[in-house]
Amino acid sequence: MQHYDNIIIGAGHNGLVCAAYLAKKGQSVLVLEASDTLGGLAATREFYPGYKVGVAHSLSHFSAQIVSDLNLTAHGYIPGAPMPTIGLDLEGKHVVVTRDGLRGVSKKDLDSYIDYRQLLERFAGMLSPFWLKTMPRIGSKKFADLTTFAQLGLKLRLLGKRDMGEFMRVATLPARDLMDENFDSDLLKAVLSWDGLIGSKMAPRSPNATVLAMLYRMSGEHHGASSIPKDGIESLINALHLVLVNAGGQVRCNAPVTKINVKGDSTGLRATGVELADGEILHARRVISSADPKRTFLQLLGAEHLEIEFTNRINRLRCDGYVAKLHLALDGLAHFSGIDIPDGRMIVAPHMDSIEFAFDDAKYGGSPAQPVMEIVLPSINDSSMAPDGKHVLSAHVMYVPYSLKGGWTAEAKANLQDLTIDTIAQYSPNLRDRIVHAEFLTPEDIESSHHVTGGHWHHTELSMDQMLMMRPTYQAAQYATPIPGLFLCGAGSHPGGGLMGGPGHNAARHVLAAGKGL
Amino acid sequence: MKKYDAIIVGAGHNGLTNAAYLAKAQLDVLVVEKNDYIGGAAVTREIHDGWFYSSCSYVCSMMRQSIHRDLNLTRHGLVLVPYLGTVVFGDHGDTMVSYHSEEAEYNQLRRRSPHDADAMFRFQTDLARYARLIRKTLLRTPPDPTSFRPRDIKELLWLAKQFWSLGETELYEYIRFFTMSAADFLDDYFEDDLIKAAMASPGVIGTALGVYSPGSAYILLHHVMGDVDGNIGAWGLARGGMGAISNAIAGAVQEHGGEIRTNAGVDKILVKNNQAVGIVLDSGEEIYGGIVVSNMDAKRTFTQCMDRADLPPGIYEKAVNFKIRGSSGKVNIALSGLPTFTGVADNRYINRGGQGFVGSMETMERAYDCWKHGRWSDDPFIESVIPSAWDPTVAPPGQHWMSNFVQYCPSQLADGPWTAEKRDAFGLTVVDKIERYSPGFKDLIVHMEVRTPFEIEAEVGLTEGNIFQGELTIDQLLFNRPFPGYAQYRMPVKNLYMCGSSTHPGGGVSSACGANAAREILIDLRRPNTVPEDDFGDE
Amino acid sequence: MKTDNKTQTSKLDPYAGERLKRSHFHPRQAELNLRDAWSSWNGYKFADYYYDEEYEYFCIRNSCATYDICPMQKYRISGADAHFMLNRMVTRDLNKLKEDRVTYVCWCTDQGRLIDDGTIFKLGSESFMLTCGSPSLAWLRKSALGFERLEITDLSDDLAALSFQGPTTCEVLKKMGLEGIQNLKPFNIMYFDIGGSSHKPLMVSRTGFTGDLGYELWIAPQLALTLWDELYAAGDDYGIQPYGEAATNMARLEAGFIMPGMEFNEALKTVNYQYDQTPFELNLDWLVDFNKPHFNGRSALLEERDRGPKYRLVKLDIAGNKPADESALYADQKCSVEIGYVTSAMWSPVVKANIALAMIDSDYIDGSIWAEIYYGKELRHHSKVVRCVLQNAPFWAPDRARLTPPPAF
Repeated sequence: MQHYDNIIIGAGHNGLVCAAYLAKKGQSVLVLEASDTLGGLAATREFYPGYKVGVAHSLSHFSAQIVSDLNLTAHGYIPGAPMPTIGLDLEGKHVVVTRDGLRGVSKKDLDSYIDYRQLLERFAGMLSPFWLKTMPRIGSKKFADLTTFAQLGLKLRLLGKRDMGEFMRVATLPARDLMDENFDSDLLKAVLSWDGLIGSKMAPRSPNATVLAMLYRMSGEHHGASSIPKDGIESLINALHLVLVNAGGQVRCNAPVTKINVKGDSTGLRATGVELADGEILHARRVISSADPKRTFLQLLGAEHLEIEFTNRINRLRCDGYVAKLHLALDGLAHFSGIDIPDGRMIVAPHMDSIEFAFDDAKYGGSPAQPVMEIVLPSINDSSMAPDGKHVLSAHVMYVPYSLKGGWTAEAKANLQDLTIDTIAQYSPNLRDRIVHAEFLTPEDIESSHHVTGGHWHHTELSMDQMLMMRPTYQAAQYATPIPGLFLCGAGSHPGGGLMGGPGHNAARHVLAAGKGL
Repeated sequence: MKKYDAIIVGAGHNGLTNAAYLAKAQLDVLVVEKNDYIGGAAVTREIHDGWFYSSCSYVCSMMRQSIHRDLNLTRHGLVLVPYLGTVVFGDHGDTMVSYHSEEAEYNQLRRRSPHDADAMFRFQTDLARYARLIRKTLLRTPPDPTSFRPRDIKELLWLAKQFWSLGETELYEYIRFFTMSAADFLDDYFEDDLIKAAMASPGVIGTALGVYSPGSAYILLHHVMGDVDGNIGAWGLARGGMGAISNAIAGAVQEHGGEIRTNAGVDKILVKNNQAVGIVLDSGEEIYGGIVVSNMDAKRTFTQCMDRADLPPGIYEKAVNFKIRGSSGKVNIALSGLPTFTGVADNRYINRGGQGFVGSMETMERAYDCWKHGRWSDDPFIESVIPSAWDPTVAPPGQHWMSNFVQYCPSQLADGPWTAEKRDAFGLTVVDKIERYSPGFKDLIVHMEVRTPFEIEAEVGLTEGNIFQGELTIDQLLFNRPFPGYAQYRMPVKNLYMCGSSTHPGGGVSSACGANAAREILIDLRRPNTVPEDDFGDE
Repeated sequence: MKTDNKTQTSKLDPYAGERLKRSHFHPRQAELNLRDAWSSWNGYKFADYYYDEEYEYFCIRNSCATYDICPMQKYRISGADAHFMLNRMVTRDLNKLKEDRVTYVCWCTDQGRLIDDGTIFKLGSESFMLTCGSPSLAWLRKSALGFERLEITDLSDDLAALSFQGPTTCEVLKKMGLEGIQNLKPFNIMYFDIGGSSHKPLMVSRTGFTGDLGYELWIAPQLALTLWDELYAAGDDYGIQPYGEAATNMARLEAGFIMPGMEFNEALKTVNYQYDQTPFELNLDWLVDFNKPHFNGRSALLEERDRGPKYRLVKLDIAGNKPADESALYADQKCSVEIGYVTSAMWSPVVKANIALAMIDSDYIDGSIWAEIYYGKELRHHSKVVRCVLQNAPFWAPDRARLTPPPAF
């Protein structure tokens, strides 16, 4: 019987990153994936013959350090150029946001934007080293932990008196206040607040989460701008897979884990391996889960092995997804009024109130009367996504509740799909004529297809009380869990969700450091 | 011409407290007040013959007892009497009484939910733990975290030590508590919606947030961290109305030789050579002083009472961005008799408390949604109290006055400016709602005064009618209040100070802002400190 | 009380909502409460004492006496997961608990701080009853999260219970017709008929909180007064008497049993950091079974065991006859080194000793111990410093409490 050093649950990008680092250090690694494709929420799949798409349709901050550590560029991953973000306007007066500037706004807003951008980049720069560090426990007396605290304090001080004071004020500001303080244009405000809100149950008026989420997304090499790799997101997943296999790691698809096995005796508990859906039992020194924390602890492990308060903390994690996906197979390019080639990331949210009010519908379990969304046509940047001359449109639709009052009936879904297409068609008059096939995935659909609790992109909400040394919750925030031999490496761990790789990287480092003692 | 040592602009309770402590330190102090009465938002006024309305603030619990004692406020006429029970009303006519006795309270909760009755013990324990920590900061000047001055570092370390004394897990819980919504916080404890709604209501009072908004859990704490004689979370009435508090503090000001001038609205704060030197009244009269202390809110102080040219760069913008949102209204009602409420027994003890028309969590949140759309809530959250039920001085015998605090009510309506008709329609929304729970209520009304944020701003001078002089969100708390770098009561112009609720520790009739400011001023003037330290009945 | 008078009076009595609940035995107990000495427990009107606290105490030690435990909290936990859920919650190993047996348990927070103690009755392979002094439903629910095949029922108001303690109890129950009661071993459960029933509605456990021979009687509310009447009829010749909180407190202190609010502060109701206690501090080491692979607080308690508890609960025999309530303890007669505090103290009428339970800093446990005692004499207050001697055995532990059948009184 084979006994692995590490079994990793889930071949999402974090699972693969973690596995690749461990395999490169000479450890035996087996990655178990429930579905038939690698990549998790970043997996690319054919949703209509010849047309491909993934839940994630672009990258915003995949870690450059991981790219270089694992030499991903030599394995087929070629980062793409930053895409502009375009705030769509019904009259074609779009706002175009790039890192260096803006188009379609007043001189005053442009000037403010330069200052705003520089301030946020200074803040993001201060925080960026910490996304790839293990966040210490408060009160830890370990030297490495104290160093991390000292560095954080020092970095904060090095911002200077004014920036530091401003950081401590701005860090918890709602998007709306931040935008109102800086800009006049409604559309610009809505577009800029988007990156602080998407994926969360948060609206522009909600305090305490937006800015940190923005700064987190700004940690990438394009400082937060989205991009699509030259050969698609698939190329990133393939590169990770290749590095892993070359280093001797193994991956098994269609191998859903149903249970994390635990041995208990008078020395306490220890994770010993996993059980698969077909009853096969696999043994390992360590089980590292990239599944979300709720699934890992409550379904795979089981409450009886955990402490009571801890179990309840895991249970109360806010894991309900609020983003639905629309996928359209198009038999030609959809034209957007006032845009030559729709190769940017387009946002439909005319003003912050439209985001706020869409959220208001969802917070009572309703479907948004006027959905707001982000649209990308990935086939423009990566021609392999659709047959020649044809295209794919992918939209993240906010705020679509995971649990709809009355449930997600076929009718409710069809209505929202229609509403979403109508909304896009306001900006793209020929859209409806081009549609060959449409697919609409609610968070509930994403949950069942991707084995993610609540269909939440980030596994659990990226908000202040679930970040840093509290992600997913204390006593599991340093990748180790209360069960010896069981570790976390998914988006539910620090630094969080998005195609970033941080949790996988940090978990691997922690496991290796802990392994020295074994 | 006479030059005062200190001029305090605004005779609100904090301005008066500040003046009292400066006067006590032998300074020659003048308080100027635009209205013909003192007290700001802590006033009692005979609006209708024989009825004395606490027309703005209406209950008291945060008043620092060390100040109460130190300024001899009891001798100056102040008596605080605790509340008894409160009744909350749910959407569908169910009621829940919060009884004064722990055992009766337990039974009452148990009738709704045995689980929640048990959970309440833990909730109160956790809240007391959180409150205890924050209470310790009330009468202290916040440290400047960006400063390297020994005093700031010492104070920061003190704060860190207080946090640390919670223990590691409680510290994490505390951080969570600070950033989460009242709804999420309460979901950790309770299952019954009306119990949650009753507990959540303090989380939104006075603020432009909903019960589902992150950050509202802290505001909940802000309302329960006060005490009456050491009972944390208890509320009390000032005998004779809230004006009794201001009058008593004014008595202390005068006892120490301070001077108070009413009908003396300030047009401008005078600045020469980057120093505040005095004020110009609306009448054109100029009065000079060694220092000027503003009891007005930060926005009013910097954007209306100062020349932009007198301010260092960036300050005007900070003041403009200072969040001070009108979200509440007030309806004061004179009644010919004590109203009865459906489902509430004719129990003399229950009726010595307040009424909370909370409805449900969703009703409260939907009330907030209306505010976002620029209109007053169709089904508002109302916190009421009938002080005349146990204060014999505020209404004729056998008749009553009822204070109704109403959320939400925006300072700017989406459909144009406030008018008298809209104000009355708002008032009608409120009494219609009360009538639903108290049939015949409207027939008892003798007189009614409706105050929207527009009236509150016009009369009291609180920008947008915000009762806290600025939102109590993390970006405006502690060392961020009112702006980062200016949280120690000294303002960007030399010799100019602030002592109102725009400063730490924020809103509420606590006298803490005024006292803290006085302590800092006396340090600058090299005078002996006259401000007492806090004391805690709970430790 | 959900039955009789409440529904009728609520219309008439505007204070009904605020009044204390009445125990199922209230009609009989009220008659005997000549002093109107009522206090409350978990929302119930509850006797401090009925006639005289010391008389009632001597009934426990000399004849027999009843104590109303209706207000005690009682929960039924049943279903296939009931055993697993409870076994993870408490520190003892429930695999060792057989059917129709009762065990004394405690349970802790994740940090190993004591939440409460109580007893678990194993009524069937998948059916348990947990009893404890304070409401615990919220913690039970938290503990049950993740266990699907489980039902928790709060029986507190729906099960009448009477504790029956003292040397003549077995005899009285025999006289009452509980055949075979003399064979009931400590912590065992038996069922009996009463009032002509045939389905054995009366459950009797040989348990109690007095350290003496005694039983606890459990029955449906509608039979509560029948039980009372039959018991009092049988007990009349054996000195039966109801006793209240005051006598209980004396008896349990002699037996060395801990009380919440005295020896320990329930962890979930403790505001200050570590002002609560661990089982080790309370000498409950024997309840913590580390052979069990997992239970709540295990890793924290393991650390505590290895580190040694900061405090230890001890039994003290104190010089003189002035009870040492709320005394501070010192390592020296000059009171310069404070080492602990008294949690409960009394003059023990049976042992003729000045006894106390106290928390002492573990570092000083082997040295000399002095108590500073305050006492009053005709409005004057005095204090004195006296020597304390550590006791290992309970102050009161008669053989009859353990023997089966119990010896004749």
